[in-house]
Amino acid sequence: MNLLVLLIIIPVVALAISVFVHAEKVKSVILFGAIVELILCFELLREFMVERAAGNNSPYLFEIVYPWFKTWNINFHAGVDGISVSMLLLTSLVTVSAILVSWKIDNKPREFFMMLMLLTVGAIGFFISMDLIMAFFFLELSVVPKFLLIAHWGSGRKVYSATKLALMLMAGSSLILVGILLLYLKSNGSFDISVLQGLHLDNETQKLIFPLMFMGFGVFTALFPFHTWVPDGHSSAPTAGSMFLAGISMKLGGYGCIRFAAILLPEGTQYYSTAIIILSTIAIVYGAFATLMQKDIKYINAYSSVSHCGFVLLGIGMLNQTALTGAVLQMISHGLMTALFFGAIGMIYSRTHTRDVRELGGLLKIMPFIGSIYIIVGLCSLGLPGLSGFVSEMTVFMGAWKVPGTFYKAATILACASIVVTAVYILQAVAKVMLGPIKDPHFLTLTDAAWYERSASWLLMLAIIIMGVLPMWLAQMISHDTAPMAVKFLTLNP
Amino acid sequence: MLNASTLLLIPLLPLLSFLFITFFGKKHLPKASGLISIFILGVSTLLSLNVAYNYFFVVGMTNGIYQAIIPMKLEWLQFYPGVSIDMGIILDPISVMMLVVVTFISLMVHIYSLGYMKGEERFAVYYSFLDLFTFSMLGLVIATNLFQMYFFWELVGLSSYLLIGYYFTKPSAVAAAKKAFIVTRFADLGFLIGILILSFHAGTLDIQTLIKRLTTSDTTFYSSAILTGFMGVSSLTWGLALVFIGGAGKSAMFPLHIWLPDAMEGPTPVSALIHAATMVVAGVYLVARLFPIYAISSPHLLEIIGYIGIISSALAAIIACTQTDIKRVLAYSTISQIGYMLASLGVSQYGGLNGEGFSASMFHLFTHAFFKALLFLCAGSVIHYVHSNEVKDMGGLRKKMPITHLCFLLACLAIAGIPPLSGFFSKEEILAAAFAHNQTIFYIAWLTAGLTSFYMFRLYYLTFWNKEYSPAHLAHNHHDEGSWNMKLPLLVLMLGAVGAGFVPFHHLVTSDGQPYENEFHLNITLMAIGLSLFAIIIATIFYRKKNNLPDKISSMFSRFYNFAFHKFYFDEVYQFISQKILFNVMGAFSSWFDKNIVNGSVNTTAFITEAFSETIKPVQSGKVQGYALAFLFGILGLIVVLFFFNF
Repeated sequence: MNLLVLLIIIPVVALAISVFVHAEKVKSVILFGAIVELILCFELLREFMVERAAGNNSPYLFEIVYPWFKTWNINFHAGVDGISVSMLLLTSLVTVSAILVSWKIDNKPREFFMMLMLLTVGAIGFFISMDLIMAFFFLELSVVPKFLLIAHWGSGRKVYSATKLALMLMAGSSLILVGILLLYLKSNGSFDISVLQGLHLDNETQKLIFPLMFMGFGVFTALFPFHTWVPDGHSSAPTAGSMFLAGISMKLGGYGCIRFAAILLPEGTQYYSTAIIILSTIAIVYGAFATLMQKDIKYINAYSSVSHCGFVLLGIGMLNQTALTGAVLQMISHGLMTALFFGAIGMIYSRTHTRDVRELGGLLKIMPFIGSIYIIVGLCSLGLPGLSGFVSEMTVFMGAWKVPGTFYKAATILACASIVVTAVYILQAVAKVMLGPIKDPHFLTLTDAAWYERSASWLLMLAIIIMGVLPMWLAQMISHDTAPMAVKFLTLNP
Repeated sequence: MLNASTLLLIPLLPLLSFLFITFFGKKHLPKASGLISIFILGVSTLLSLNVAYNYFFVVGMTNGIYQAIIPMKLEWLQFYPGVSIDMGIILDPISVMMLVVVTFISLMVHIYSLGYMKGEERFAVYYSFLDLFTFSMLGLVIATNLFQMYFFWELVGLSSYLLIGYYFTKPSAVAAAKKAFIVTRFADLGFLIGILILSFHAGTLDIQTLIKRLTTSDTTFYSSAILTGFMGVSSLTWGLALVFIGGAGKSAMFPLHIWLPDAMEGPTPVSALIHAATMVVAGVYLVARLFPIYAISSPHLLEIIGYIGIISSALAAIIACTQTDIKRVLAYSTISQIGYMLASLGVSQYGGLNGEGFSASMFHLFTHAFFKALLFLCAGSVIHYVHSNEVKDMGGLRKKMPITHLCFLLACLAIAGIPPLSGFFSKEEILAAAFAHNQTIFYIAWLTAGLTSFYMFRLYYLTFWNKEYSPAHLAHNHHDEGSWNMKLPLLVLMLGAVGAGFVPFHHLVTSDGQPYENEFHLNITLMAIGLSLFAIIIATIFYRKKNNLPDKISSMFSRFYNFAFHKFYFDEVYQFISQKILFNVMGAFSSWFDKNIVNGSVNTTAFITEAFSETIKPVQSGKVQGYALAFLFGILGLIVVLFFFNF
């Protein structure tokens, strides 16, 4: 059976089994399903690299088409390139880790774990889609579970946050839908991206459709000024929910911007690149400064996500191969890093029952494992060499600097400058939460991470370190598939 | 013997030790971790010495030049064709010299820490961090690629952060670690943008290719770097200046020096290794590594660097005269000596005798590593003995700690430049180079040398003479001046501080790899020694016995004294900038804007939608008559429209 189809079937089967087994057993079923999924993703990676090494340079591999709605020419059309393979890996890694972190959840465990798996189905399906309607279907599939996860298992102003998140993402989706339908009309009835890519749509059409698609997906990836769901949504969500939101869900947007906006509409991308760069630079700098003032450790990470996701959009806006590769690398790096960050924050919160930095302090002494994870992932966030953040940020910077013109240089310098602000807020948070004297004597009774938390952390941590120490294979795999895009941009007349 | 696998072991052994202790030793061998790590580093040190021997005396010169050898280079991450991060090893005179300095001083500090850190709860962690530092520093030293250098540059910054904040439950240590990281990070921003500029124009990140392309004026690379520019300064100069800012941050040059005195919160052996002998000279090393570009393509910038160096040197020396914390005096002294090294690079040119400043600078880096590490380790012994950093708690220690006293005295004489100790030779070369090329720098350097002798002997007398040692808590005084493992490194480093000056640097380490004969300048030597002796005599009068002369003098210049005592208010200015501008303006504004404007408009949209729905809700009343009426009006309306507009 085609590996890609299997990737969809496995979680669905796991979901189906979960309906029937005892509520206590659901988590084991789901975890098993997620681990099989992870193994399959590695197998996919292996086969993909073997194919590429054998000289198979076709843009999408493992393609498979099943007719879905023949009348409208909608197909189940799956296929992957280097970008999607890396996204699939990210998704399955974060899924396993998020399930492990929530191991001890006792409030409606069946529904909780099924929601998590449903999110994964949505993300996996989206990343392998080569049909716009199929992509849209899976994208929407992931919105509802998010709403329920936050509204039911969340904390704080959870209903407000859940509603805000769902409405804003829905608004984004509606823009995307309009864009998709317009594309369908202009392309004589095709939703297939391999067809659409080959068409040459006229400039006016591209200029019309691009903003719809880009803004729609931009909402998902915290495009300024549509980012306000991020802080509220992340901080109200349960730990696994935040890990999903930041680790995977925001990547749906970034991936969509590349796959369904930039590739399909190169002229449109070029026309709006200045606007993209301005907005992303604002997000980078302004997100970093807004983080400085946050007092809740989840808000700190949520605002820093706004800043970090800005690098993804900046990379796209710079329209060259290096920057695009950097954008994809940044998606992966940010996904792994924030998922782990939220995981660690969840572990802290479940013990101390507070997320206010003013009430925390000296935790490293009490929980050395969680403390070390928090510090290491913080270092990754500020771009320390040897961890994944360095690789992706530097690639974006190198790519961005290649673009001639003072405007682009200024944007790059501002983006570079943000890493100093990042260092300030990360070290400030680390100093207040982890270091210093123990703030509250109650903390002395707290315990360090349990086995499931340790394995969840190790999984993501290893991924971060491997990406930081041995980035070449990943960068190569991605840049192979960003190259044709860059060539497309190059052939356009500015 | 210069094959890649042996060379690779030099940095990888400390990394191995770091990993071993972190994942195994910390838990299972908490006590033995120190010995294991000393053993591993010992092997690394022997390998480095062997490499140095082979490089200088077995391979030797080819065509009269010490050639740079690159035994290995691997592509690590490619950005675009031609521009990639490579991990490699370069052997040339300066990197070989640094290999020896780093491993040797690190080994001494490792041994010393056995005694100094004995009984610490996180003893094994301490050693693992030391090894992480040694690995990163070695990686930096052997870098063949500008980005490889940046990579390890950040990692040494991390190790420094971890070690300054070693006592992490102490708020002052945490604050100091944070400050050190952030200030150097700020400077590294310059380094990063500098790298972007240089690599963009040179089309490579490889240091040797970069130097070749940016110093040969007939290449397209060179002309693109020279012809483009910003604000009337060429891209090349911008790039080099920004790279230098990174170096200035690491090397704690004014005005980016503020982190170094605070960094003294770390354990004293750490200060000896990182904040005196090795990491802080990375900035000097960086300029030396790219020296041909600076000297050939941007000589005016090099001159400015020289001035920054000498001004830092003088200001730090003035501050050092007023401080009362033994480690802070040494920290300012370090800034001052590094300033000397940069000034010496600043007066140098490329090649031959005109490059004597380069050689002198590297020479001073070499000798300074020994005597400054020795000074810090002596200070460590003293602090260990009296349990205080303040000189007022010391005094009269010469009889209690004879070995420390002797080592400290010799190190003071070395830094004061009294022959035949090591500092004399390197300082003399620096002064000679400055005299030949830049008289202003020469005179400031000369006066600073006098100040150096004065504050070092002030410190010496206040610690070991001045008054009888009578501690407030006699119970503290149960131990000796230190165990053998603390004394041994002192004695070994003392030999270095005494004898390092006899290494013929102008034969080994020169700007173009070609040995030259330096001239002996009797008048400069006499001037320098005379001033030093004069300063030492004044210090003796002031501080040998307790008297009120120092107070009298300081009150005579009270305004200036206070100004210097408060370190010229640099910290306050930074505090103002970071607190008032960064946090209260930028941060507060962004977070206010986000909460009220961006989020507010989202909420307003939601509110308006809701209000609008609320208003039109009655339409959907469920009453069929109402719907029928609306239907009727709708039809009528359509008819009217169609009728009038002839659709």
